[in-house]
Amino acid sequence: MECSFALVGKGYVLVAADTTAARSIVKMKSDEDKTKVLSPHLVMTYSGEPGDTVQFAEYIERNIRLQHMRNNHELRPQSSAAWIRRTLADSLRSRHPYSVNLLLGGYDEATSTPHLYWIDYLGTIASVPYAAHGYGSYFALSTLDRYHNPAASLEEGLRTLRRCIDEVANRMAIGVGKFKVRVVDKDGAREVELPPSVSVA
Amino acid sequence: MEAISHAGTVMGVLAKDGVVLAAEKKVTGKLLDLSIAKEGGYGGSGEKIFLLNNNVVAGVAGLTADANSLINYARQAAQRHLFSFNEDIPVEQLAQRLCDLKQGYTQYGGLRPFGVSLLYAGYDPHYQFQLYHSDPSGNYSGWKATCIGANNGTAQSLLKQEYKDGLSTEEAIALTIKIMSKTMDSTTLSSEKLEFSTLTLDPTTKQPLAKIYKPAEIDALLAKHGIEKKEDDVAMAS
Repeated sequence: MECSFALVGKGYVLVAADTTAARSIVKMKSDEDKTKVLSPHLVMTYSGEPGDTVQFAEYIERNIRLQHMRNNHELRPQSSAAWIRRTLADSLRSRHPYSVNLLLGGYDEATSTPHLYWIDYLGTIASVPYAAHGYGSYFALSTLDRYHNPAASLEEGLRTLRRCIDEVANRMAIGVGKFKVRVVDKDGAREVELPPSVSVA
Repeated sequence: MEAISHAGTVMGVLAKDGVVLAAEKKVTGKLLDLSIAKEGGYGGSGEKIFLLNNNVVAGVAGLTADANSLINYARQAAQRHLFSFNEDIPVEQLAQRLCDLKQGYTQYGGLRPFGVSLLYAGYDPHYQFQLYHSDPSGNYSGWKATCIGANNGTAQSLLKQEYKDGLSTEEAIALTIKIMSKTMDSTTLSSEKLEFSTLTLDPTTKQPLAKIYKPAEIDALLAKHGIEKKEDDVAMAS
């Protein structure tokens, strides 16, 4: 079952997406990257209708890249989020809407602040301290409620993220497999490794 | 180009915490009805200074009719950007938009280019306060202080002499008024001949704050900086 998480910490945003590509009950692939680095300080996870997801994510990726090239500076996370939402909302009202859910994490260099946006296929947008999409959200949001700290260091943030993933792995009827985790901070976007699970008594 | 060198002078000065724009009004006279301009108006003060967006004020020199059309285009472009990106359009992007349009008219046959030069005074979070100039060919460039219209050469060289880096807005206002009073054809400076505006940050909200001065405010400003009709008369009499 597809699920993705993201959370904001002190000067960074963490985003994580599962890496399973499944069709019906069959797992086709277990190393699918459902994240995209849109610009040096902007990352996104995407989930939803297979096919739509990649098509839409690439469309977004290339347009954000175009903005960067044209204007010699990155589009700010706020503006990127607004533009992506608009694109989804326009798509929803077209003959063939994209059915894609996104988590968008970015670091605004102008104000030196991290930003996280939860965006769904209906064009809903919310600026949030932590977010989740998919079945995982039913389990993980309570964990995030309890453990999320906006002033947490990257290590603490990763531990919180690990808790969420463990919670989902523990409680969900179907396994979720591995996760791809990326962080964005003042130094840009990069992939990070999750700390090992801590066994819960 | 010819029309621009006869147009009223427009001067812009960049300060560390704001931008100042001043313009000389050409169309004046006792019979001209300025009752609308009296209040300053929402978008501009009358002839030459206009609000393009929350964060950009422009001063125009050249054919007024062409300028009006460009200003309308700029305002639409700014609102389109707001609609798509939910942010004020960055100043350079707005200047680029207008220049793309202006350039187009130099390339295709049968149409006359826009006979307008503009100064854009604006703010955006990427590069803070900025001052741009664009000409009819579609060229644009960023400036610390510049001048377009009649006598722009004189004003430019005065600016070159007197401009210092790191001016405050207050100092920039003083500099602008000083040089405008020297370069303008008319001997007496008053709200009848001058338009004035500043772009600063609102001290509480930290959002861009465009102020286009009303005639009464311009007269008060001129009085404060010691340039006034009465004083000139006194000086002449003595």
